[in-house]
Amino acid sequence: MKRGNEYRFVASGEAPTTVEAPYEDVTLGVRNAVREVEELTGHALLSDDGIILPSKGNVGTDLYVTTSSAGGGLQMMVTGVIKTMTAESAERAALGAGAIVMDVISVDDGRRTFQKIDRIRHLRPDMILLSGGTDGGTVRHVLGIAELISTAEPKARLGAGYELPIVYAGNKDARQKINKILGKKFALKIVDNIRPVLSQENPEPAREAVHELFMEHVMSHAPGYDKLMKWTSVPIMPTPAGEGRMFRTLAEMRGVNVIGVGLGGATTNVYSVYDGKFVRTVSANLGMSYSICNVLKEAGIQNIIRWLPFEMDEVAVRNRLRNKMIRPTIIPQLIDALVVEHAVAREALRLGFAHHKSLARGLRGIQRQRTVSDLFEQSLEEETYIDMMRINIIAGTGGLLSHAPRRSQTALMLIDAFQPEGVTKLAQDSVFMMPHLGVLSTVHAPAALEIFEKDCLVRIGTCIAPRGPMEGAGSLAAVHLNMPNGGSRSEEITQGELKLIPLGEGEFAEAEIAPRSNLDVGAGPGHELKTKIEGGVVGIVLDGRGRPLILPDDPTRRRKDLIKWFRAVDAYPQRALERYEKALK
Amino acid sequence: MAYTPGLKVKSEIVLQKTRRLPIPGEVLVAKGAKVDFDTVVARTRVPGDVETIRASQILGIEADDVEELGQYMLKKVGDQVIKGEIIARRISFFGLSKAFVESPVEGTIEHVSDITGQVTIREDPVPVEVKAYIPGRIVDIIRNEGVVVETAASFIQGIFGIGGETHGQIRMAVKSPEDSLTADMLDSSDKGKILVGGAMVAGEALKKAVEIGVRGIVSGGVEDKDLRDLLGYEIGVAITGHEESIVTLIITEGFGKMRMSGKTFELLKSCEGMEAALNGATQIRAGVIRPEIIVPRDRTSAGESRDDRAVFSKGMQPGMMVRVIAEPFFGAIGTILSLPVELQDVESESAVRILEVQLEDGRKAVVPRANVEIIEL
Repeated sequence: MKRGNEYRFVASGEAPTTVEAPYEDVTLGVRNAVREVEELTGHALLSDDGIILPSKGNVGTDLYVTTSSAGGGLQMMVTGVIKTMTAESAERAALGAGAIVMDVISVDDGRRTFQKIDRIRHLRPDMILLSGGTDGGTVRHVLGIAELISTAEPKARLGAGYELPIVYAGNKDARQKINKILGKKFALKIVDNIRPVLSQENPEPAREAVHELFMEHVMSHAPGYDKLMKWTSVPIMPTPAGEGRMFRTLAEMRGVNVIGVGLGGATTNVYSVYDGKFVRTVSANLGMSYSICNVLKEAGIQNIIRWLPFEMDEVAVRNRLRNKMIRPTIIPQLIDALVVEHAVAREALRLGFAHHKSLARGLRGIQRQRTVSDLFEQSLEEETYIDMMRINIIAGTGGLLSHAPRRSQTALMLIDAFQPEGVTKLAQDSVFMMPHLGVLSTVHAPAALEIFEKDCLVRIGTCIAPRGPMEGAGSLAAVHLNMPNGGSRSEEITQGELKLIPLGEGEFAEAEIAPRSNLDVGAGPGHELKTKIEGGVVGIVLDGRGRPLILPDDPTRRRKDLIKWFRAVDAYPQRALERYEKALK
Repeated sequence: MAYTPGLKVKSEIVLQKTRRLPIPGEVLVAKGAKVDFDTVVARTRVPGDVETIRASQILGIEADDVEELGQYMLKKVGDQVIKGEIIARRISFFGLSKAFVESPVEGTIEHVSDITGQVTIREDPVPVEVKAYIPGRIVDIIRNEGVVVETAASFIQGIFGIGGETHGQIRMAVKSPEDSLTADMLDSSDKGKILVGGAMVAGEALKKAVEIGVRGIVSGGVEDKDLRDLLGYEIGVAITGHEESIVTLIITEGFGKMRMSGKTFELLKSCEGMEAALNGATQIRAGVIRPEIIVPRDRTSAGESRDDRAVFSKGMQPGMMVRVIAEPFFGAIGTILSLPVELQDVESESAVRILEVQLEDGRKAVVPRANVEIIEL
């Protein structure tokens, strides 16, 4: 809403989805959420026909935009010729478009043909992205994959009566034959090759085609979307695409490297904008409600229990997570329940980021000229290009992070899971509006950016964490701060400790950080770093716990440490921490 | 914010089940026919697995000449072949060089590609049958696909289950909904039966049930650890029903020791000795599926046929009965006293929409709206 000369956020409303039976109409849920906004603002927005557009006095609004993740989001299958080359490029493109990748099929994926066909047939994707071959190269393999799809004749998940959309983004020399194989059975769209030459990735045309087909074919078949599409003149965007757009905007606006994460109920999306390169990954089965037990499965129960500052046996933790799985909409009423959820969140974020790093890496299959020094670094070639020391901002969104009762909880979850190095700003989405601002930015960029800066992006603070061997106790770095009020402060980053220095939102301090000789805070081992530090609702967190962060094996020592750290950043109510402490004695 | 519509527990309902083949086939019963649990109502043959062979490569045909593949084929599309049979042959250099393509499987030649030089062979079809699952009358035929069976029944939805469709005679294995079902409560006479427990079914009881050949167990709760031990793996995402060679298990309340709701327990008790159909299949995702217990009754008229949409679209109102579905009042039943509009802080410091509820045990409680489900009376 425009207030004076500013675009500002006014109110939010939430309601559960009504995509399922007995309702089978998403607009009912949208109405419920909008009704909440009406109640909170006293401004009428709804009529029998939907949202009142445009506004007239005290009624209606000038613009209505929407994103959608209903029905589990856009579920895609991608195919390529070589697993680590074209198939990987296709996977990155589909993920970048906001899809959940159900499976990646390639000539060399180790499965037999009938297994691949069986898989294609049973997964019932919403869309297929078919890639393979460089332009001018051999066409035989990519045509083989096309024939595989043709034989499988996969049926779409939503709406049995329509043709399954397929995007072809492979060798351009195969286009005519691809059309012959797939053109009659599927809604085929042909775009530029995703990997025209081995050394170049060209994801944009495929990404755009995915968005187009998502609107045209997938959305229009979900229950109630025909109605919803008439309510808005702006194309409905998959929720993660909206989210990704805002993380990119953040990185571009500031000219920095950003890691973003959307921790949802069913999935965890991780975004990185690193030296201008944008990568999104989605871990389809890591989440805080529907997928909470898959986090349990993948992380293992002990990795969840290690984050609990109190004793809780395996059986009880398991039952609690299962009860969340079967009734995904419940919320923690008690503090212990909240702490358990935060323990799971740390593991979901950690696993989601590990997955992200496995895709955020250089193009493979390229012949490089090597120097002698390269030979020593050869083993690193397969690893991610993301260097945590060079990440400037880590930002989180999604229900659990946005609704955490204390921002210091979000700060600690992000630090524990991503383990930032050097000087890193932390931020979060205030009320889970990044996806919507992402759509808004496509039609009204100034409003989207202003609201993003003023109401969406909550500056949590800055984390300072030295990297390097942590042997021996005591000081890891001396931190001298010239505070905005004119005073100065000298602090130590101490081994095994967390420390919080208050520095408010919008405030800056000039810092001189001098690490021990073998430690690095961004200027190289043993070198002092002079930099400007931004404050936030939490402040500056000095983290001397080491990278990687290793928790003590002994349960009592570990719980003691956790209580100490939680207390240092004021993460949970004192009375709860005292209770946990008492239980240790 | 969110609230969960309660699970259905109905003593009398006219129920229709659509029984459909995965792909078109033959429907074996007529409209109006009476069917039993195991009556086969439709049958088809699912196409077999597909095998592709790089024939042109084996025959040594150059990449530019793959369209020539057809002239070397000994079998054409539609021909039956057996394993090891030669399906293509190329003799060159006046017989000095011979290359053969053998079929790796028994099946039918489905496709010979002059684009990729591949031959596709489909293995023989696999027969698939669909049973009625519940006894009743066929009220509709879906041409070439299946039928709709209708029956008057008691109907109970569980919250979570494992194992697929089955049926058996109901036996109450415990006396009250607080009791746990332990291994000593079952013996070989329970083979083929559906056992009803109370608050919990012990891990040992589950194992013994599998050994004896019990068809199903209905219980308020189960320990997740016991479930993992029974299955031999951890369930990740809640999509179940395909588990094999185990007993079908349905829990009605949740994980851990959970007193079965009085209404559910009493209804099952009234069905003791009757034959029930059970399906543990659960999907907690888009298109939620809950497990079910169906006890056909000898009635033809509908007892309850309320439109759920009408009930739930009203939303929560003071005076409605609800059940709390999370700590600290998990399982408690009460009446809504008020629904304040403003957000309120609960112990976890979360600011949420709450409701005040008068619990059956006399306590008044404040609970997040998301943590209750509406109970139908």
